[in-house]
Amino acid sequence: MSAESVAQAAYIVAILLFVMSLAGLSRHESSRNGVLYGIVGMTIALVATVILAVQDAEAIGVVLLVIAVVIGAAIGLARARTVEMTGMPELIALFHSFVGLAAVLVGWNGHLEHPHYALESLERIHSAEVFIGVFIGGVTFTGSIIAFLKLSARMKSAPLVLPGKNLLNLGALAAFAVLTIVYVASPHMWLLVLVTVVSLGLGVHLVASIGGGDMPVVVSMLNSYSGWAAAAAGFLLNNDLLIVTGALVGSSGAYLSYIMCQAMNRSFISVIAGGFGIEASGDDDTDYGEHREVDAEGAAELLGDASSVVITPGYGMAVAQAQYPVADLVSKLRAKGVDVRFGIHPVAGRLPGHMNVLLAEAKVPYDIVLEMDEINDDLADTDVVLVIGANDTVNPAAAEDPGSPIAGMPVLRVWEAKNVIVFKRSMAAGYAGVQNPLFFRENTQMLFGDAKERVEDILRSL
Amino acid sequence: MHDASVRRVKIGVVAESTPGETRVAATPATVAKLIDLGYDVAVESGAGEKASFLDEGYAEAGATVASADEVWGRDIVLKINAPTSEEIGRLADGSYLISMLAPGLNPDLVDELAAKPITVLAMDAVPRISRAQSLDVLSSMANIAGYRAVVEAAHTFGRFFTGQVTAAGKVPPATVLVAGAGVAGLAAIGAASSLGAVVRAMDPRPEVADQVKSIGGEFIEVDVESEMGSDGYAKETTDEYNRRAAEIYSEQAAEVDIIITTALIPGKPAPRLVTAADVASMKPGSVIVDMAAAQGGNVEGSKPGEVVVTDNDVTIIGYTDLAGRLPTVASQLYGTNVVNLMKLLTPEKDGQVVLDLEDVVQRGMTVVREGENLWPPPPVSVSAAPTKPMPAVKEKEPVVEKQPMTQERRFTLIGIGVLALFLINAYAPDPLPQHFTVLVLAVIIGYYVIGNVHHALHTPLMSVTNAISGIIVVGAVLQVVGDDPATRILSFVAILLASINIFGGFAVTRRMLSMFSKG
Repeated sequence: MSAESVAQAAYIVAILLFVMSLAGLSRHESSRNGVLYGIVGMTIALVATVILAVQDAEAIGVVLLVIAVVIGAAIGLARARTVEMTGMPELIALFHSFVGLAAVLVGWNGHLEHPHYALESLERIHSAEVFIGVFIGGVTFTGSIIAFLKLSARMKSAPLVLPGKNLLNLGALAAFAVLTIVYVASPHMWLLVLVTVVSLGLGVHLVASIGGGDMPVVVSMLNSYSGWAAAAAGFLLNNDLLIVTGALVGSSGAYLSYIMCQAMNRSFISVIAGGFGIEASGDDDTDYGEHREVDAEGAAELLGDASSVVITPGYGMAVAQAQYPVADLVSKLRAKGVDVRFGIHPVAGRLPGHMNVLLAEAKVPYDIVLEMDEINDDLADTDVVLVIGANDTVNPAAAEDPGSPIAGMPVLRVWEAKNVIVFKRSMAAGYAGVQNPLFFRENTQMLFGDAKERVEDILRSL
Repeated sequence: MHDASVRRVKIGVVAESTPGETRVAATPATVAKLIDLGYDVAVESGAGEKASFLDEGYAEAGATVASADEVWGRDIVLKINAPTSEEIGRLADGSYLISMLAPGLNPDLVDELAAKPITVLAMDAVPRISRAQSLDVLSSMANIAGYRAVVEAAHTFGRFFTGQVTAAGKVPPATVLVAGAGVAGLAAIGAASSLGAVVRAMDPRPEVADQVKSIGGEFIEVDVESEMGSDGYAKETTDEYNRRAAEIYSEQAAEVDIIITTALIPGKPAPRLVTAADVASMKPGSVIVDMAAAQGGNVEGSKPGEVVVTDNDVTIIGYTDLAGRLPTVASQLYGTNVVNLMKLLTPEKDGQVVLDLEDVVQRGMTVVREGENLWPPPPVSVSAAPTKPMPAVKEKEPVVEKQPMTQERRFTLIGIGVLALFLINAYAPDPLPQHFTVLVLAVIIGYYVIGNVHHALHTPLMSVTNAISGIIVVGAVLQVVGDDPATRILSFVAILLASINIFGGFAVTRRMLSMFSKG
């Protein structure tokens, strides 16, 4: 029984635990165990690798290893403890960038170490693996950084539209292919530098040209990329654990993005290629008529008389940190016997499931938080719908106006309810830059101002 | 809680005098709700006996049990049936009477009531708008009657409703035709289909077809145009429709085992749907329940309140008290309708009646106000008119439709992928094919493992996969122990970054999941 065979055995156990972890996370009941499996699997994998690595290593390497893990753990745990739930999308995007950068570094090491192979073909394959690993890692790195900047509003969320952007993307891919062939023939350092630059540039451009509204898909796609980067590193290092784990993460992330694209009726390819191109018809001068305003007291009165209420939150609720007063409102209404439920659009917020996390944070029971498909048919029988910081996800134009840029996107049909109260800062258009005819409907009333303050006002008036 | 200086309004629940009436206008449960609204409630001794509500139950709910004279002399009198002349005489001046009256059919009764300085609300004159549904006794009674009609038919019918295959041979299911898919008709369809019968339904309003199907019936379309009246009831139908419908009724009569007719048109005699010839064509042992017998009957030969057996052994049931044959539930639903009316009349919940004639619901029900005859009320339009034309903009196909991949293209793509994989593995030297095997299998597992992830768990799933993708640390760990200083530095940074991921990712997932709780 050598250290290698022990490590191999440990890897298989770890792989199994990772699969169980992902499977566990698909249901509420098993989700906590799922995380536990993941942690145990990771521990086993790490311990086995460390044993394998240190058995004939110099002290300096071991010291560096320990220091790096300790520092990394300290930073990671600190961030995890302090992060606001509203800041979750940014944090996850940032984490993805770390994996991307780590993959780039591992690839570079692969070049620097440059082990000697008996066969020339193996030598070439090694070179190709270095290249692919660096490329995927680079795209993941800068793409995630841009996603992070957009999500944390440090960068404008509007899509960047360069002339011939599809050509730029394709050009980068073609350059990558050519460089790979050259590098395989003669592995020079400058080629590696070049491909790193190309991949970093592609990552920036790819995500910069995707609008903020599509960020949930982008984050999940970057998640997938970070998995592929790990898998590529596995090929490079002849390590099955990396390949399996990377492929698991990569394919599940890609599938998740695909589900989300379907929810938005978007083409998967065009979102990934930054092609959705929000060409909001700026010359939209349709006269929608007048909107009507309501104050907090009026809204409270309406809620007090209602027997069923549905709340459809959006990113605005996250921005205003309104989930706590909303949860108070819900418990107050439920105590009065009002049937209160939540309707969550699949892409509400900036991360898949973002709204669910926020509501869970505020202790809203998850069995009243329903998906769009579960609640859409009940909306017609609902007395009052509260639209809190959502816009495009409740836009009737998607269902009724074939000329609208968001036509065909499934939306929450809130306009069928008897009364709709829309919480909004102003009459500005939503992320997609599309005007929302909902605001001008007869059964809609607008409640302007900060969502958190307005909900608190309603609580006082109830 | 209630202002002591204000006198609490007294409600009296009287016993019904109509022969055969089994219901009562309030039950212990609804009495408790009336008391919650601030009223003082008295119930005539024995009023609920036939509906299995005993005096003790009312007393427990907080009502006083009193004599007939005291109850009739109260501020508000709750009743089921229209009062007799003698009973009207017992009402105190200035009092309220709340009861079913059929004011449209009984103008004499309305005049008699208006001769006294009292206020009269008719429970059976609620406008058919959605807001008023909770106090619509016609709906709640029709629901009960529809159910009971099926029970009566099953009681008389000599066979099972459901089909069965037994050791003693096969029994076909009964076929039931329900005429009119209003509240009563739908209740009958639901009851009959849950007993296992094959149920067909006819109605002049084609838009009820979905409702019929939703509770297990089959809708027979009469292929002629028709409309719904502005008051929510079916209009009288056109000649052409009637001719076509009559043909269908004749065809169906010969086929089905049981016919339940529910067709009523407010203020008019019931339409004749099934003729004597149709009845004669039915199989021996068939049963007809004519729920419109009291209004003249949908079936030729039915007699109100009686059971008629024809020469060809078809039983025609013409009971007019179908709802009253389930007195307990009928009283409970009637009582709840009354409570909902009282809620409307007691906006402050302080036991004081405020009659607002600006409100269409209250206006519609008020037959007499302090001796002033207010019948008939102005017409009310149904709020959700189903005849409204559909918005023309509704396109069948969304514009941004994904181009479905053609079969050939899909096969080509799959073929190219498989071929590429094959070539790589066929030519690549050793460790590579092995790695590809592992990769392909892992991709498939990854796909299936999250195939049905709960929507709410997307974020935790993503953060856990993010933590797991920190596994790249394994690569860096293997490299950090190398000899090259440059490699060491790069690996050091890589381990640091990946560690942030692993620890942060798992910690943040745990934090998120600990917040999800079931209520």
